[in-house]
Parts: sequence; structure tokens; C-alpha cells
Amino acid sequence: MKNNAKAVRYNKWGYIFLLPFLLVYVVFQFVPTVTTIYNSFYENYLDGLTQVGPNFVGLENYKSLFSSGDIWTFTKNTMVLWIMCFVPQIILSLVLGAWFSDVRLKLKGQRFFKTVIYLPNLIMASAFSMLFFTLFSDGGPVNSILMQLGFISEPYRFLTYTGSTRGLIAFMNCLMWFGNTTILLMAGMMGIDTSLFEAAEVDGATSTQVFFRITLPLLRPILVYVMITSLIGGLQLFDVPQILTNGTGDPMRTTMTLIMYLNKHLYSKNYGMAGALSVLLLIITAILSLIVFKVTGNDKRKG
Amino acid sequence: MEKKQETNKGLGIHARRALAYVVLCIVTFFCLFWFYVLFINATRSNGEMQAGFSALPSTHLIENWTNLVHGSQPIFNGLINSFVVAALSATLCVYFSTMTAYAIHAYDFKLKRFIYPFILMIMMIPTQVTALGFVKLVSGLGLEDSFIPLIVPSIAAPVTFFYMKQYMESSLPLSLIEAARIDGSGEFRTFNSIVLPLMKPAIAVQAIFTFVSSWNNYFIPALVLHDDKKKTLPILIAQLRAADWLKFDMGQVYVMIAFSIFPVIVVYLILSKHIVQGVALGSVKG
Repeated sequence: MKNNAKAVRYNKWGYIFLLPFLLVYVVFQFVPTVTTIYNSFYENYLDGLTQVGPNFVGLENYKSLFSSGDIWTFTKNTMVLWIMCFVPQIILSLVLGAWFSDVRLKLKGQRFFKTVIYLPNLIMASAFSMLFFTLFSDGGPVNSILMQLGFISEPYRFLTYTGSTRGLIAFMNCLMWFGNTTILLMAGMMGIDTSLFEAAEVDGATSTQVFFRITLPLLRPILVYVMITSLIGGLQLFDVPQILTNGTGDPMRTTMTLIMYLNKHLYSKNYGMAGALSVLLLIITAILSLIVFKVTGNDKRKG
Repeated sequence: MEKKQETNKGLGIHARRALAYVVLCIVTFFCLFWFYVLFINATRSNGEMQAGFSALPSTHLIENWTNLVHGSQPIFNGLINSFVVAALSATLCVYFSTMTAYAIHAYDFKLKRFIYPFILMIMMIPTQVTALGFVKLVSGLGLEDSFIPLIVPSIAAPVTFFYMKQYMESSLPLSLIEAARIDGSGEFRTFNSIVLPLMKPAIAVQAIFTFVSSWNNYFIPALVLHDDKKKTLPILIAQLRAADWLKFDMGQVYVMIAFSIFPVIVVYLILSKHIVQGVALGSVKG
């Protein structure tokens, strides 16, 4: 940087190398964002075979979105599914992470276990749900195993009850994501200064005390990060319930998520409502992203 | 669980270790059991499956596969389509994300102060929420039933960019680039012949991640691809679900699921060491 003119001559390459990213971002993400917002202010749908609109209607789409009541049902469904998935996931991940990173425990076969728990994360969600749909169908293997073992006398119809359908969706998502969370938390736990653990040991702290008084508090930034990113992911919940219930959100629309609702509007070409719903989700995820940005930003400054 | 440890302070480490192994074995069972059943059932005929579950594989795998390929679903096309889309996405994504990261890492320019935080901020915004605009754009450009809208957008991948940037900070010294300049290497050539090879470990990890997420992607392809010949595997699976599935030969259903899942599992098992490390690496500060 001694030679300023030279530095400038090189630095124009910064723009050149950025160009592909910016170009593609503008065309495939920025423009769609603007069109999405734009469409949310227009009425634009198919009434039978007649195309209605596009006509400018101001905030009408938002009004009907909130007044129909559907949005609250689907928001509730999405949140219930997320909580059912997140709570067991974070508990399991914390416990496994603590065990993996505990040097005194000296667990053998760690690589094997880590490989296994991360595996479901890479599975195609739609194929996984189709698999669960067949495995848990009335005449499927799970029912026949349970019957062969004598637990039940006739097939349990998993997909006809709200609890078991939601349970299956949450279970699948939990299975797909707890490995990822475990590895993240473990990386965080490994980063904790080991002298803290040694000092606690000298003072005669039990492993439970160490976990709750040292590990958890020091892990807080990562926990917040994991929780918010999981929430953003939870809002996007689509593939699993869509395939498992064939897009109906049955039983009685209790497993219909927000993105499934959006997908319905997109397929029926009700672009006004799809736009309003998208903007709503965009605002929520933007706020959540900002929190993540803040949290990780602080984290970086510290260490 | 935790309380038990407190009361049995004496047992301590051995009891805890035993407990850890028991829990890990249960977890392992729940992670693998479904794929085991999938494998077993893919090898069994429809008739055998009607008779109930068996823990041992049968001999009908190839028969199920031939039935499936000659059936109504364009499964073979789907496999190839999925592969083409995923492979090209992964290639473009890692190449251009490395390039973007290099631009931010190696150069000092005015807009950098704005662009870097901006990319980090848009990192979390999911594609679903702008899907409406995306679909309109795709039909406006006449790109429906084309793979371009599924492949090209992967050039702008903030998450991959961020990973590459992190990796460069730890293992791409700027002095190396200076040295290349002194030797008279052009900037573009420096990037291709010095930076890219040094980034190989990171590129491998991200290539796998991008490949897998593209291979598994259902939401966007389902909105873009309508022609049966162009559809990717996740869409075909959704169709299988939507069809009156009881009419199907279940052997075929299982083989189809197996062929969507097992290629990824095989690649993963070969490269698992790098992948698991990669997750931890990219995440710590992510």
C-alpha cells in the first residue's frame, strides 16, 4: 500500500471479482424481493377462469390476510411444530455436546457417533417424509412391528390424529437437525477455557454444577444464535409436512404451516395474498436476522 | 438424569460414561433404523411386504428397480436432472463464492465497508419469502422448465461466501498474493492458479453442502419445473405421494426413496470426516 496509485490499480479488481455476485444477487434476489412487495399491494387472482386484476388495492391484501383468521391458525401450527422440535433438540444437543467435549469422560467412538447423528441432516426432506409416510402408514412396517411385538392389536392410524401427525413432523425435524446443533454447541464448548473446568474440579464441583454454572452461561451467545437460526428455519418448515400430509395439512389443517399456505397461494396464482404473506414473513425473518447479526457481531468483537 | 449424578457422586465418572453410551446407542438406533428398514424393504417384493415386516433382506432389489424404471414415473430422467442441477449449482457456487470472498479479503475498495455487512445481513433471508417475485421473474424471462433459474442463482450464495471468507482469514496470507504480483502474475491468474488451489479443503466442504442442498431442494424447483421430463427427484417423490399410492407396488416406492437417499449417504460416509469438521469450522463464529 506504499504506492497509492498501484493500490488503486489493484483495488479495482475488488469490484471486478464482486461483479458476478452482485449481478446475480440483483437479478435473482433483489428484483424478486421488490416484485414480491409490489404485488402485495395489488389484487391479482383467478376467480374460476377469469383473471381479476392486477388492480392497486393498497393494504387490502394485508387486511384480508389478518381478518380471515387462517393466518393465526397457521402461525400457531408453525410455532407449535417448531417448539415440539426445538425443545427436545436443544436438550439432547446440550447433553450430547457436553459429553463429547468432556475430556474426563473420554468417550470412545466419538467420530462414529458424530458421523451418525449428523447423517439425517443431509437426507432429502421430501424423501425422508415419504419414507415416514410409508413406514407409519396403516399397513406399514412400524405398525406391523408393533403388532408382531404385541404392543398393539390393530394398526395405529398415525396420520389421523393431530398429536401423532404433529409428533411425527416434529420428530423428523428434530432428527434432521439435532446433529447439526450438537456439533455447533460442541464447538462452542470446546472453546471454553479449560482452566475454568479445572478450577471447578479442584473446588469439588459436580459435573451437574459445572454444566449449569459454567458451561451454560458461557455458551449463551451460541445458544441465542442456535435458537434464532432454528426459529428462522422453523418458519420455513415446508417439505416435511407438505409431503407427509400431501399438502392438505391434515388432520383438520392442524399441520398446515405458513410456507405451505404461501405455496397454496402461489399454485392457485393468488399473487396478491401470496405477496402480503411473503412480505409479512420477510419482515419477521429480517428482524430475526438482525438479532443474529447483532449477537454474532458482539461475539466476534469479544474473541 | 442430572439428579441421579448428584446423589451418586461416588460413582461419578463410570456411571456417567455408561449412561452416555446407553443414550448414544439409543440415539444411533433412532438415526439409522429408518434407513435400515428402507434398505430391507427396497429388496422385498410387494407380496412379501403385505405379509409383514422382516428384519432380513430379500432378493427383489433389481426386480423392483427394473419395474420402477419401466413404470410411469420418469425416474431415470429425474435422477439425471437432479444430478445435473446439483453438480452445476455446486460448481458455480463454490467458484464464484470463493471469488466474492477473495474480492472482500484481498482488496481495499470504497464500497467494501457497505457490501460486507450487507452480505452478512441478507445471509439469513430464506428464498421462500421472495418466491413470488422469483416465479414472476422466471415466467417473465420465459425460463419455466429450464434449469437456469435453479443453477445460476447459486452464484450469489451468502452462506458459502461467509465460510470462504472465514477460511481465507485463517489460511490465505496476503503476502502470498503480493509475491505473485511481484512475479508478474495478473490478478485473475493469481486467483485461479494460486488462491483456488489453496482453498481446496474449504471448496470441497462447500461443494458437498451445496450439492446436497440442491439435490434435496423441493420448494423452488416445484414452482419452476412443470414438464415431466424436466422434473427433479423431490418433485417426483411429491407426485408419488399425491398419487393414489395404495395402487403402487410398494417395492417400487421404497426403491425410489432409496435412490434419492442412498447416493448422498454413500458420499457422506466417504467424506464424513471433512464434513463434520466443516460444520464445526464454519459455525463457530457464523
